[in-house]
Amino acid sequence: MTGFIKEFAKGIIISNPVFILALGLCPTLAMSDKLENALGMSAAVLFVLLCSNIVVSSIRKYVPAIMRIPVFIVVIATFVTIVNLVFQAYLPSLYESLGIYLPLVVVNCIILGRAEAFASKNPVTASIADALGIGIGFALAITIIALIREILGTGSLTLGDNTLFTLPVLGEHPITILSLSAGAFLVIGLLLAFFRRIGVAKNE
Amino acid sequence: MSNLITIFITMALLNNFILVKFLGLCPFFGVSKKLSNAVSMGAAVTFVMVIASIATWIITQYILIPFNVVYMSTVIFILVIASLVQIIEMFIMRTNYALYSAFGIYLALITTNCAVLGITLWNITEEYNLLQSIFAALGGGVGFTLVLAIMSGIRERLELSDSPKSMKGLPIAFLVAMLLGLAFSGFGGII
Repeated sequence: MTGFIKEFAKGIIISNPVFILALGLCPTLAMSDKLENALGMSAAVLFVLLCSNIVVSSIRKYVPAIMRIPVFIVVIATFVTIVNLVFQAYLPSLYESLGIYLPLVVVNCIILGRAEAFASKNPVTASIADALGIGIGFALAITIIALIREILGTGSLTLGDNTLFTLPVLGEHPITILSLSAGAFLVIGLLLAFFRRIGVAKNE
Repeated sequence: MSNLITIFITMALLNNFILVKFLGLCPFFGVSKKLSNAVSMGAAVTFVMVIASIATWIITQYILIPFNVVYMSTVIFILVIASLVQIIEMFIMRTNYALYSAFGIYLALITTNCAVLGITLWNITEEYNLLQSIFAALGGGVGFTLVLAIMSGIRERLELSDSPKSMKGLPIAFLVAMLLGLAFSGFGGII
C-alpha cells in the first residue's frame, strides 16, 4: 500500500509531467485558455492514461519487444477514440471547443512515455497508481495555468454557461494578451522558471 | 486559385502550427539549435505532411466514408502515418543516400509528431478537397519550417546570453516564443 501511495504522489509534484518534465506541452498550451477546456482535457488525458496503463501492463509479457511501440500506440488510439465518441455524445459543446486537440491526445508524449517507461515494466497495481499520479499532476498543472489565463485574461471565470465571478477592475480592462496564444507561452514560461527558482525543478 | 493561396497563407502565417496551434512543439524546443538542423527537420515535416494529407484524404473519401467508419479516423491515421514514414525512410535510404544522411534521423522522430497527425485531422474538420488539403499541408509545413528557422537563430544567441539562472534553457525559450507569437499576430491584417 505504501508503494501505491509513493507511485501516486511521485507524479503530482516531484515528477509533475508539465512543470518538471516539460512533457505534453501541446495540449497544455492549446487548451489552457479556459477553465472548462482545461477540465475537459484533464478528464480525457486521465481516462486514456489510466486505461492504457492498465492494458499495457496486463499484456506486457505477451508483447514482443520489437513490436511494443506500435502495439502501445494502437491501445492508446483505441481509448482516445472511445473518449472522442463519449464527448461527442454527452458533451457536444466541449467536444466542439476541444476540436482536433481531443483526437491529438493519441500523440501526447505523457501517455506513450508512461506506457513505455513504466507500465511495460511494472505490475498492474503500480501502473494504476502511476497513471493516477501523473494524470492528476497533469490535470493540476493545466488547471492552474487555465485559472491564471482566464481570470487575468478575461477578468472573469466561467464554467459552462454560468459566470462564477467577475473581478472589479480587470473585468473592464482585462490583460487580453494572456488569453491569446502568445499568453500561453508567457504563463508557462514564467511558471517553469518559478518552479526552478523555488528549487522543485532542476536548473539547466 | 485565390482560395488555395488564401489557405496557404492562413496555414503558414495566421494559423501557424507552432505559434498559434501549438503543434510540433517538441522539435521546436528540442531540435532548433542549429539553422541547418532546423531547415532539414522542417523540410522532412513538410514532405511527410503533404504525403500524409494525400494518403489520408484518399482513405477518408474511399474507405472511411463509404463504410461509415469515420469515427475510426484517429486509429487509422496514426497507423497510416507510422507506416508511411517507414516506407519513405526506406525509399530515401535506397535511392538517395546523401538526402537520407541529411534528414534520415528526423524522419523517425516525425511518426509521433503532432503536427503531422494535426494536419490530417484538420483537413477532415475543415472538409477540404484534395487540392485544398495539399495546399493546407504545404502552408502548414512552410510556416513550421519558418518558425523553426527563426527560433534556431535566436537560440544560438540565447546560449551565449546572460539570462537569470532559473530562466536558462526552456523558460527563456518560451518567452521568446511568446514574442514571436505576438509578432506573427501582426500578420492578422493580411487576409
